[in-house]
Amino acid sequence: MAMLSFERKYRVRGGTLIGGDLFDFWIGPFYVGFFGVTTAIFTALGTALIIYGAAIGPTWNIWQINIAPPDIKYGLGFAPLKEGGLWQIITFCATGAFISWALREVEICRKLGMGYHVPFAFSFAILAYVTLVIFRPLMMGAWGHGFPYGILSHLDWVSNTGYQYLHFHYNPAHMLAITFFFTTTFALSLHGALVLSATNPPKGQEVKTPEHEDTFFRDAIGYSIGTLGIHRLGLFLALSAVFWSAVCIIISGPMWTRGWPEWWNWWLNLPVWR
Amino acid sequence: MRPDLTLPKYLAIGYLLVLVGVLSTVSVFIGLKWLPERVNVTQNGFRGTAMNQIVHPAAQRLLQANNLIPESSDPASPDGDKAVDVYENIQVLKDLSAEQFLRVMTSITEWVAPEEGCGYCHNLENLADDSLYTKKVARRMLEMTRHINLDWKAHVANTGVTCYTCHKGNPVPANIWFTSPDPQEKPGLMATNDGLGHPNAINASTSLQADPLTPLLLGKEPIRIAGKTALPAAPYGAPIQTTEQTYSLMMHMSSALGVNCTFCHNSRSFSDWSQSTPQRVTAWHGIQMARDLNALYLDPLKTTYPANRLGPIGDAPKLNCATCHQGANKPLLGVSMAKDYPELGGTPAP
Repeated sequence: MAMLSFERKYRVRGGTLIGGDLFDFWIGPFYVGFFGVTTAIFTALGTALIIYGAAIGPTWNIWQINIAPPDIKYGLGFAPLKEGGLWQIITFCATGAFISWALREVEICRKLGMGYHVPFAFSFAILAYVTLVIFRPLMMGAWGHGFPYGILSHLDWVSNTGYQYLHFHYNPAHMLAITFFFTTTFALSLHGALVLSATNPPKGQEVKTPEHEDTFFRDAIGYSIGTLGIHRLGLFLALSAVFWSAVCIIISGPMWTRGWPEWWNWWLNLPVWR
Repeated sequence: MRPDLTLPKYLAIGYLLVLVGVLSTVSVFIGLKWLPERVNVTQNGFRGTAMNQIVHPAAQRLLQANNLIPESSDPASPDGDKAVDVYENIQVLKDLSAEQFLRVMTSITEWVAPEEGCGYCHNLENLADDSLYTKKVARRMLEMTRHINLDWKAHVANTGVTCYTCHKGNPVPANIWFTSPDPQEKPGLMATNDGLGHPNAINASTSLQADPLTPLLLGKEPIRIAGKTALPAAPYGAPIQTTEQTYSLMMHMSSALGVNCTFCHNSRSFSDWSQSTPQRVTAWHGIQMARDLNALYLDPLKTTYPANRLGPIGDAPKLNCATCHQGANKPLLGVSMAKDYPELGGTPAP
């Protein structure tokens, strides 16, 4: 595979967390490393089990393939393979693969001498997943509370889990998460529009500089966060969205069992207007 | 030049301290039982569909404490003198023996007016006298109880109901409702208010319609919400106001029964009976029963009650799901009192 002109200098030895020089090599363009190996093993096993699960299921329709967690009655124990046991092993493989990938990112960061922003951000995605299929089931006492692996079936799970609390939009952490998700897409659209506008001037004009971009936003809203700042803000907004998503589901069940609308009675009962 | 990538020692020690701190805090919390009690879960759908009822143990204990059941009195013989031959002015319990009749009167006092006693309904100088409104209401309620036990088995099965199911020692059941005096729509700028944005006990603290019961449990408007096509297409189905009204009623049902939406529905298709749980059938009959009882028994009593018992627009107190259920998906947690009271139309245990 062709190498980019600036790529060679990234291929530096060292920076590994585990395994020393043993796995410190590249296959084609891909860095391997100890965690590349574990990622590959977990991914291969997990994917094979998903395909096996589909094979013993009633359909090959990609939308309808469903690998469901065990019945609640199995609690935190092992379930028979065809009654949720597959889901348990796949969950283990997925978690192993995700964490391996994050640690491989850490090793690459160390090789490049850069900050850990990328694995740090990816950790939030892992946290959200692990919250759904490990932490919350642990706290509620049954693996059966995890979500099923299937394109439509996991959406049914989301819908029913929401309706377990009558109206999930009243969940305060869900409110925060949604707000952050919308804000992060809004910020990205503003940023993308700004960059595209600055780099695609009308015919005969030069590409605009960051000073021009700053001036545009100072004119428009009185403030420009700047070229570096927008990326910090973007990271904060995106990670906050994921963080509050994890919070909104971990409190639903382990901490609050009734309808979320009812939670707001503290507000209705404030002495000011009660 | 390669940057120095060795982890500083103080940082490693710092991480270790944080880890030890978190672990010891968690163990202290577990030791002092400060962590929340684990919830009780009942699965009522295929695994992984998240059709589960989730109840906090404290809520369950409270429910049990609120559903203590009085002991049934000794059964009375249906033989012997008929009540109509012994007592005057008997209009409903004509089929009972005098012994059974006395048993019903004693029980009803214990269930409905334990503090007020016989005098709550009767003129103590002349028990046959109909001058107190409470007696006329009680007579109608006896008819209603028998009607429920005999004609509404689709909803109450053989468990049945007694006066205690709703009254629980209160002369007026704790959960009754009146039609809201506020119009659903107001003139001027509030014209589109539509009763929204007024959280209360009926709509389970949501912003949905404040009074879904008048149109749906007293009136007989259809409870329909789901469109049958992916996109809106003529002929258009229910407007959004009807949808919200239906959801408000469903909120009421959920909070009245202490269950969530998945007790009856798979939310991937609320309206599809084939994906719903068997409980939805019972609940459907419950809606029909509530409409029947409100229209035939409770609302007509508005001419019998004194003004202080009537609602803001002069309507009679009516029943909804909470009147009987009171937070339990089976009233009195499924214990049948009626089986000991054939006098009230209860089905004796086999």
